Amino acid sequence: MTEHSHRKGPSGPFFARDFARHPPARWPDYKTSIARSPSQPLLSIEQGLGEITGPLFSLRDIGPQDNDLLANYTHGGSPIGERILIHGRVLDENARPVPGVLVEIWQANAAGRYRHRNDGYLAPLDPNFGGCGRTVTDAEGYYFFRTLKPGAYPWPNATDSWRPPHIHFSIFGSGFAQRLITQAYFEGDPLIARCPIAQSIPDPQALEMLIARLDMENSVPFDMLAWRFDIVLRGRRSTYFENRPEGN
Amino acid sequence: MNKPRILKETPSQTAGPYVHIGLAPRAAGFDIYEQELGTDIAGPEAKGERIRVTGCVFDATGAPVRDALIEAWQANAEGHFPHPEDGRATEPGFRGWGRVISDFESGEWAFDTIRPGPVPGPRGQLQAPHIALWLVARGINIGLHTRLYFPEEEAANAADPVLCAIPDPRRRATLIARRIEREEGVTYRFDIRIQGADETVFLDI
Ligand SMILES: [Fe+3]
Repeated sequence: MTEHSHRKGPSGPFFARDFARHPPARWPDYKTSIARSPSQPLLSIEQGLGEITGPLFSLRDIGPQDNDLLANYTHGGSPIGERILIHGRVLDENARPVPGVLVEIWQANAAGRYRHRNDGYLAPLDPNFGGCGRTVTDAEGYYFFRTLKPGAYPWPNATDSWRPPHIHFSIFGSGFAQRLITQAYFEGDPLIARCPIAQSIPDPQALEMLIARLDMENSVPFDMLAWRFDIVLRGRRSTYFENRPEGN
Repeated sequence: MNKPRILKETPSQTAGPYVHIGLAPRAAGFDIYEQELGTDIAGPEAKGERIRVTGCVFDATGAPVRDALIEAWQANAEGHFPHPEDGRATEPGFRGWGRVISDFESGEWAFDTIRPGPVPGPRGQLQAPHIALWLVARGINIGLHTRLYFPEEEAANAADPVLCAIPDPRRRATLIARRIEREEGVTYRFDIRIQGADETVFLDI
């Protein structure tokens, strides 16, 4: 199914998810979460084959320009805004690269407007910007997108709530238990500290992982600034039977 | 080799109201990709009984969630997953994975697939046939995992380790779809209640 070699043979289950690093399901400052959060505890289950496996993707599933948001929806012109490269590696908690995983992104245009039938913000649509892209990580777990820096936008939460510029990321791992959707913010943005969605993450060090870093080393002179955004998915235990010594 | 846990997982964030732009752009209102992903779970060559699954997601107030995105992951009719860590054969074109969105007006969603077979659990014992579901939407801070089981698999369900781990039979019932006979074939109805009376059992996998 894929050009990249996935890890072979049955390995152990994924490490238990550390929910203290994730936003709680119910975060009253983000009002919509109040009615859309389970009130009962999650049922912890042992992972079987259905949890350690997951859908596989390859370059055959996508088009060659799908990771270039500056070019994948042009209608006779270039999109307007600050051109950027956002790139990084997908690793697991064992610090191993995760190759062959589908990374999908979506974002507002430079004015903070989404190309979505339900977005009625008064900022203009950009006729040359769709706002979505996708790619598959290479053998080193590396991915990149060319895009525009998205604008901030207002949203109905408190009376004057603004989302900091952000790019939504959807990531598959090698197993369905690794499935993750998150958002990348931009280093130095003063709206991050005021955003109830970003601040729903209780651990400040965990939130730091969502802040893309300005990466001058990889900027393209006279073209675009680079931002580095690495992603860590759940890692795996070496064996199912932890109480047994290795080799049994 | 035992590789230790060195890094920590990237935290989750809500998919927000515009998840369709990235994962189902046609629904957002524009055409950009040659092929959108997740539209065909089983493929034309899959063996087994063709079924349809329908449902709606409800919030704590009983209102339909009209901006949800659901992904399904399942085995084929023989209980094999198309993945090297399973290693057993699946039909060409069998992906085992699909994604659907709620209708913007009604909140209803539906997908077509084949009925999966029983699958190996953590220690090799069989689990009852089921479809794993993962749900995201605006207001959901971390994707919710659950499972759809089939009502006519009474013996297998009674022995299933996940269902057996739910002591309250009323809660257990939230994971079992309702069978609806239709001329076109069997439909399974699976409503998901995020919170409140009859709250669906969600899983920490
Ligand atoms: Fe957004």
